[in-house]
Amino acid sequence: MGFFDRLKVVVQAKANKALDKAEDPREVLDLSYEKQVEMLQQVRRGIADVATSKKRLELQADQLQASTEKLDAQARQALGAGREDLARTALERKAGAQAQIEGLVAQREQLQGEQDKLVVAEQKLTSRVEAFRTQKETIKAQYTAAEAETRIGESLSGVSEDMADVGMAMNRAKDKVETMQARAGAIDELLESGALEDATVSGDSVDRELTEIASKSAVDSELASLKAQIGSGAAPAELPAGTPPPAEPAPPEGGAR
Amino acid sequence: MIVRILGVGQYRVDEADLPRLEEVDDRVEQAIADGDDAAFQAALGDLVDAIVRMGTPLPVEEFVGSDVVVPDRDTTLAEARAMGADEAQGLIPG
Repeated sequence: MGFFDRLKVVVQAKANKALDKAEDPREVLDLSYEKQVEMLQQVRRGIADVATSKKRLELQADQLQASTEKLDAQARQALGAGREDLARTALERKAGAQAQIEGLVAQREQLQGEQDKLVVAEQKLTSRVEAFRTQKETIKAQYTAAEAETRIGESLSGVSEDMADVGMAMNRAKDKVETMQARAGAIDELLESGALEDATVSGDSVDRELTEIASKSAVDSELASLKAQIGSGAAPAELPAGTPPPAEPAPPEGGAR
Repeated sequence: MIVRILGVGQYRVDEADLPRLEEVDDRVEQAIADGDDAAFQAALGDLVDAIVRMGTPLPVEEFVGSDVVVPDRDTTLAEARAMGADEAQGLIPG
């Protein structure tokens, strides 16, 4: 088992580093227990970090989703106004935002996987720490220093291997979080630059034109609605789709009480 | 023999089952040598399955060192190389 022999050597080298030898072997038990408890706290912090990073990805995906919807509406309005060039620009931006969303979703799944693993590791380590606490008291009570040494050596290799194992899982999660943060930072920049954001928010000429079309079409439909009211009392059915009904005091739905 | 699957836990595997594990392990080694990530992950998955199937999980109150350490099934070839890199340089190509 060539590769796995080497992996074992790596894990056990990490394990040995995790524990320093103390004068009295029984002190090593207390020391390693302290390190276990410390590791448990680190794992809990690690789980919280992964959850925070995941939340950030979700917020970004929501923002991007809102952008694609706005850009889609803008593309429709531009096309309605006969401006295919602007509609194309809006759709290109929408496609860019969608590609970013897909990347975010994949990354979110990876982080979820790491979080699930850390949660399992935390549960296992919790029961191991408790079992070890009981065991070390038994060893300390029942054995003299010399006798304890043999038993302790065995227990410690198990405990320190546990910690090396959990430590590797933590590093892996940390790597994933760092990769995610680099990507999230890049997306923040894109959002701030307006390239993936609602095209009307930033100030380039395309955005201004899209804004103008949007307000023009709003004015057009309001005009049509007024004409309908003032004219022969024609039914609102003649109004173009999406036009708000003629002003009436009662809102049609969702009225707050 | 005690086998640790990283992130999963330790299993006690009967010596009599070792030859069957070695067979699966040969495929893992071959995939590493070929640099074939898909084959590596498939073989590693089989190896982890075999250990879990043939072995008995170590009780929570038993603390012993492992004879063999195996990465978990979702480990990529690149990650596996990175794990063994300290010891494996020059032995694992790439």
